[in-house]
Amino acid sequence: MPKEKLNILESRCVPLPLENVDTDQIIPARFLSATSREGFGENLFRDWRYDKSGNLKQDFILNDPSYSGKILVAGLNFGCGSSREHAVWAVYDYGFRAVVSSFFADIFKNNALNNGLLPVVVPEKFLQNLLSMIQKNPGTIVRIDVENQTISVPATGQSHFFEINPYKKECLIKGLDDIDYLLGLKDLIASFESEKYR
Amino acid sequence: MGKKTLFDKIWDSHVVKSIEGGPDVLYIDQQYIHEVTSPQAFNGLRVRGIPVFRPGRTLATADHNIPTIDQDKEIRDELSRNQVNTLAENCKAFGIQYFGLNHHKNGIVHVIGPELGYTRPGMTIVCGDSHTSTHGAFGAIAFGIGTSEVEMVLATQCILQPKPKKMRITINGSLKKGVTAKDVIMYIISQISTSGATGYFVEYTGPVITGLSMEGRMTICNMSIEMGARGGLIAPDEVTFRYFKELPSVPEDFDWNSLILKWKELRSDQDAEFDRELAFNGDLIKPMITFGTNPGMGIAIDDSIPVPEDVAGDDNASFNKALAYMGFIPGMKLEGHPVDYVFLGSCTNGRIEDLRAFAKIVKGRKKAPNITALIVPGSKAVERQAIAEGIDKILNNAGFELRQPGCSSCLAMNDDKIPAGKYAVSTSNRNFEGRQGPGARTLLASPLTAAAAAITGKITDPREFID
Repeated sequence: MPKEKLNILESRCVPLPLENVDTDQIIPARFLSATSREGFGENLFRDWRYDKSGNLKQDFILNDPSYSGKILVAGLNFGCGSSREHAVWAVYDYGFRAVVSSFFADIFKNNALNNGLLPVVVPEKFLQNLLSMIQKNPGTIVRIDVENQTISVPATGQSHFFEINPYKKECLIKGLDDIDYLLGLKDLIASFESEKYR
Repeated sequence: MGKKTLFDKIWDSHVVKSIEGGPDVLYIDQQYIHEVTSPQAFNGLRVRGIPVFRPGRTLATADHNIPTIDQDKEIRDELSRNQVNTLAENCKAFGIQYFGLNHHKNGIVHVIGPELGYTRPGMTIVCGDSHTSTHGAFGAIAFGIGTSEVEMVLATQCILQPKPKKMRITINGSLKKGVTAKDVIMYIISQISTSGATGYFVEYTGPVITGLSMEGRMTICNMSIEMGARGGLIAPDEVTFRYFKELPSVPEDFDWNSLILKWKELRSDQDAEFDRELAFNGDLIKPMITFGTNPGMGIAIDDSIPVPEDVAGDDNASFNKALAYMGFIPGMKLEGHPVDYVFLGSCTNGRIEDLRAFAKIVKGRKKAPNITALIVPGSKAVERQAIAEGIDKILNNAGFELRQPGCSSCLAMNDDKIPAGKYAVSTSNRNFEGRQGPGARTLLASPLTAAAAAITGKITDPREFID
């Protein structure tokens, strides 16, 4: 089944200068009772965005109207904790197409790549620079080029290479689906089974 | 000779195909599913118009969203009821074995898999839940996956995974009285942090590990994810084999004689190389408790909360935020601090040995009046055994009540929520902000420490109750 393609992304950024943001914060457990993939964006960072009465918390950075964009820039170890893919759906449904950090938890990174949300890993120093740049000037545009594996700030010329698994890179750029690929291997899988479990 | 680790042996023998510059296509022997991470996966199969490829290799249970009392009545919460019903319908439509609410084999997914003989040495096992690492205790490669991957495995019995790096953690020495498997894994995480093993699959070894029962080993492997590891495993040995011999029932395909021959070969070669090796001294481990908002923020029960200057790295902002959330100050001691709730349960510590340990301490004593306790067995089988051993009577006499199985307070998707601002000593695995309910303040600990707190009403060193 075809998926949304991602190659060049040019956008403003939303900064989240917090480390170890876990998936319970990204999407609290009480919202996992859904049976479809839609509507999770509403509850992204629910308990940080809203207080008990449902009012917006003025001091939470995502509620600051000066920031907007499709790129989330977060402190290290973003997405640690539970394997809930719902966390990725929430980030994506809210409107982000890439998350930039110096370190991602494995399961979150995998889930993100499986859903067209690009995790971009940069060195800590570059990350901190980027965070202060965005906070000083919220209009900063960042450009992410998946094919060339670079993240750059056109206004200043700063840029950095980022790693991405070649298979996942191709899937993102072409909008390919892992399951279609595996379904094409059914015969190979069946002969593997008969060999191994004779 | 050799040079392969146990992890290599199991992984390599399950690779259907290696993608050039990409992940491996890994065959999965057993998938477990539950109501929260499966609905969208089944929807995906329907949209594609395909069946489950190997229904016999999937087992389903309802555990996350269910109540732990009045399970014979209809689930009151509409969304929970809907999600559990959806799983029942999906299993029926796709021909998958399902141990639903009130089924005598129902329970927390990582408790029932092993106790029913589905989890076995040498297997590859997945589930849409990060604590799938639990099954590694049997010498299996077991890890948590997201819903899209659940769909992948339902559709093809395979998953695309890059092979992780390998870490070996050796625990030397021996455990002192009052120190449990839970304290061991909490100690390790406090030493290496919640990202200390990211990218690695961990093998645990050493006399402390081999000296643990299967339930103790499950507790260790369960929390591997909390240090960022992909999973954790322990080589099978006589303790493992005896566990299977003593199981009351096993699935039909269980051929003991041929299995045991294969299992005896499951160990890392003498000269196997790991990408990273760590060693710890078990003699130094004391009962542990967390003070912050991630499982790595733990200290020995008689220790003081660190001060910002002593916190590794520059992350003072997170440290201070955590303490503010918990209502603690740097440098303070935790012993003697009042507690409001005690939770005994979860896939980490919800098995019969955990209930026995708790009961041993509370026997002949009384629950502190300021404590609300949730004692939740990990499965119907654990519940039955607890009753057969008279543990329910011991609990009742002390003022506790044995509830019915489920994930319960661990992530509080059901009604078992800890109210905002309240302190809960919990035998579960995560103390993130709001994990047990918005504003809840979780203190992770072993069943012994939880029992001690339940009796005194405050954070208490469990060694005071051990002769």
